Amino acid sequence: MQISMKSINKSFAGNPVLKDAKFDLADGEIHALVGENGAGKSTLMKILTGVYTRDSGEVLVDGNPVNFSHPKEAEAAGIVFIYQEINAMPDLSVTENMFIGREVRKRFGVVDSAEMERQAEAILKRLGVRIPVRKAMGELSIGQQQMVEIAKALLVNAKVLILDEPTAAMTLEETKTLFRILKELKQKGVSSIYISHRMEEIFEICDRVTILRDGQFIGTRQISETDMNSLIKMMIGREIGERFPARGCSIGDTVLQIEDFTRNGTFQNVSFSVRAGEVLGVSGLMGAGRTEIMQAIFGYLPHDSGSVRVMGKEVEIRSPEQAKKLGIGFITEDRKTEGLMLEDSIQLNIGLPNLERISHHGVLDTKKDDEMAQSAIHDLSIRCSGAGEACENLSGGNQQKVVFGKWIFIDPKILILDEPTRGVDVGAKKEIYNVINRLAEKGVAILMVSSELPEILGMSDRVMVVHEGKVAGILDNLTGGDDSGRKATQENIMILATGGKLE
Amino acid sequence: MSAETKNENRLKTGSALQSLGSLIALVGLVVVFSIISTDFRSFNNILALLKQASVNGLIAFGMTGVILTGGIDLSVGSTLALTSMLCAAMVHGGVPPVVAMLAVLVLGVVFGAASGALITKGRLQPFIATLITMTVFRGLTMIFSGGMPISNLGNDPFLTGIGKGTLLFIPVPVWVMLAMFALFFFVLNKTTFGRRVYATGSNEKAAKLAGVNVNRTKLLVYIVSGVTATLAGLILLSRLSSAQPTIGTGYEMDAIAAVVLGGTSMSGGRGKIYGTLVGVIIIAVLNNGLNIMNVSSYYQDVVKGLVILLAVLSDRKR
Repeated sequence: MQISMKSINKSFAGNPVLKDAKFDLADGEIHALVGENGAGKSTLMKILTGVYTRDSGEVLVDGNPVNFSHPKEAEAAGIVFIYQEINAMPDLSVTENMFIGREVRKRFGVVDSAEMERQAEAILKRLGVRIPVRKAMGELSIGQQQMVEIAKALLVNAKVLILDEPTAAMTLEETKTLFRILKELKQKGVSSIYISHRMEEIFEICDRVTILRDGQFIGTRQISETDMNSLIKMMIGREIGERFPARGCSIGDTVLQIEDFTRNGTFQNVSFSVRAGEVLGVSGLMGAGRTEIMQAIFGYLPHDSGSVRVMGKEVEIRSPEQAKKLGIGFITEDRKTEGLMLEDSIQLNIGLPNLERISHHGVLDTKKDDEMAQSAIHDLSIRCSGAGEACENLSGGNQQKVVFGKWIFIDPKILILDEPTRGVDVGAKKEIYNVINRLAEKGVAILMVSSELPEILGMSDRVMVVHEGKVAGILDNLTGGDDSGRKATQENIMILATGGKLE
Repeated sequence: MSAETKNENRLKTGSALQSLGSLIALVGLVVVFSIISTDFRSFNNILALLKQASVNGLIAFGMTGVILTGGIDLSVGSTLALTSMLCAAMVHGGVPPVVAMLAVLVLGVVFGAASGALITKGRLQPFIATLITMTVFRGLTMIFSGGMPISNLGNDPFLTGIGKGTLLFIPVPVWVMLAMFALFFFVLNKTTFGRRVYATGSNEKAAKLAGVNVNRTKLLVYIVSGVTATLAGLILLSRLSSAQPTIGTGYEMDAIAAVVLGGTSMSGGRGKIYGTLVGVIIIAVLNNGLNIMNVSSYYQDVVKGLVILLAVLSDRKR
């Protein structure tokens, strides 16, 4: 099956996500689709499969224009999207999951379990994987669940598989099996579109690669005629400019020191330190364990071994309550479910981590409560109708400012920021960067996890790169820097984040 | 200055609207019963009605705290039976009634903490945890009493006073209910503990990440619920002059009904204690009014259910 997408445009709420994007898929090939987070890869594929409708542009399948309005239609045409987050019903069996909505029936509409199990077994056998078809889906590993999803796609005679970061949660063994299957399917004429950040995988199994950047088509290359460095350059080639305000930095003593920090199966032997007034950027691929390391430092996740020193003193942090008392603040990745009580007012949200500051012997001081909310609104220029406004009515950027407002009054010594500008528009981003800089200038040690490389490079003094739960390297990002090859550049970060080594 | 007052108004009007449907229902019921029956609108009947409301009121206040954290306490009726039985036994055995009453209030703390510990340490769902304590406490009451009531409690002024006495023309149980209402109002609205209760029910994850000890907060609301149930039990014990092993059966449902009528969200985080007071009085007015009108108790339950439905529906429109 040949697919050709031309001049695709798509905007969400006025923000263009795809600008004149294009993509071509030939018969029997494995085609990588690469780009930074937010480059538009998933959006493009969701337009192909009818999850989203395009604003303009053309999609041709085997030369005929198509207009899928629902994933079911794409599926009927033989194009199946296998998502990163698997939409399986964990309590149903493998067979039941594979046949959901298209059960084989006998007379009187009775489902024919024996026949379905026979078909399921046959198709899994064809893939060469051993998965018991009666096992509950939830008992399988993520990798096995992906195999079941692929089997399910073959059941409907898929001609094109779209895989979004399929190996993110797979073991090495499962990855090998997946690659074998994809190659065998290619031989039988089933093409795959392979979305991944992992360069080595792309070079191992893909035939061609298409690069997107900021919603635009940058190029398509034969894998045999390109190399990792030129791919990375195509993915990121952009001037960072002055999107990131300058900071008058005076870095002080070490405030936080982590040594051999380990949570079995999540991260191992993590060691680093942050100094007063310093911003340590934390980079890495999704699922590398960055968020988990931060949550464990904050006492939200337990850890198995390692030591934490705050201001030189060894501490054992078992709960966010203790972390807060030590002057650690945490701005979470997902402000809607973890950062805010969305339905509650700005005032209630900002007061929550500061209850001790706005009360005497457990009785609230209404005046202090009001003053704190007012000064947060003023200091952070939160745009709202008043402190009583519910957070759910605020824009993403203003919601994020409220989350910052929760922590600036605890007089933090250490502030952990997890994706501080996710889902925030450009203007509000700059305001948030200004807040980060002001905090750093006041001597707060800042840990900033971010998946956006420009943000990491624009804001950090040093950059720690995490790969599969381990610190792959800590790079210097101060202006000037040395020429030892340990300097934080987009290339160096990407190499470390994808498991490569710096010379 | 003006901005601040505006905010305060927002906060207040927002919450007042929450139980408006129930308030309208209450006024409507009182008007209808008053028109139909002269007995209903007499001062003495209103006092009797409030006196009846006090037991459910105390339980419902404790229940409100629990439900605000996103939990539920099914054990209140059994806690009430067990503590009043133990108090009666102590008094019967010669313990000074005031000491016995204070002792069972301490036991109320223990029984509430048992539910709370199952939920926080044992990680059981509140429904299941309190279903367990409800069953066990009822069983303990039966074992302890051998299924027989304990009577002959003497006429100690405290023990008889708490259920039967009057102070300034108003029955003591009504004073107790009003005092507890004031206490709950203060704690839920004016203290850091109150804020933590709301935050835990509103978004437990966010509360925890903001440094709130959600487990301690939960433990405390179940303890409070245990104490209010015990207090309600002492009032009943005093009023009936005997401890009945089967008393309190189904009381949890009346309390939950009052909380829901008051506009408190069953998923937690949202609700007001005065809403619960309105809910408690609605239920008492219905019981009292329908009794005066000689409506069969079978029909009374149907009417009660319909009133809850109407009040909840009228709240949802906003």
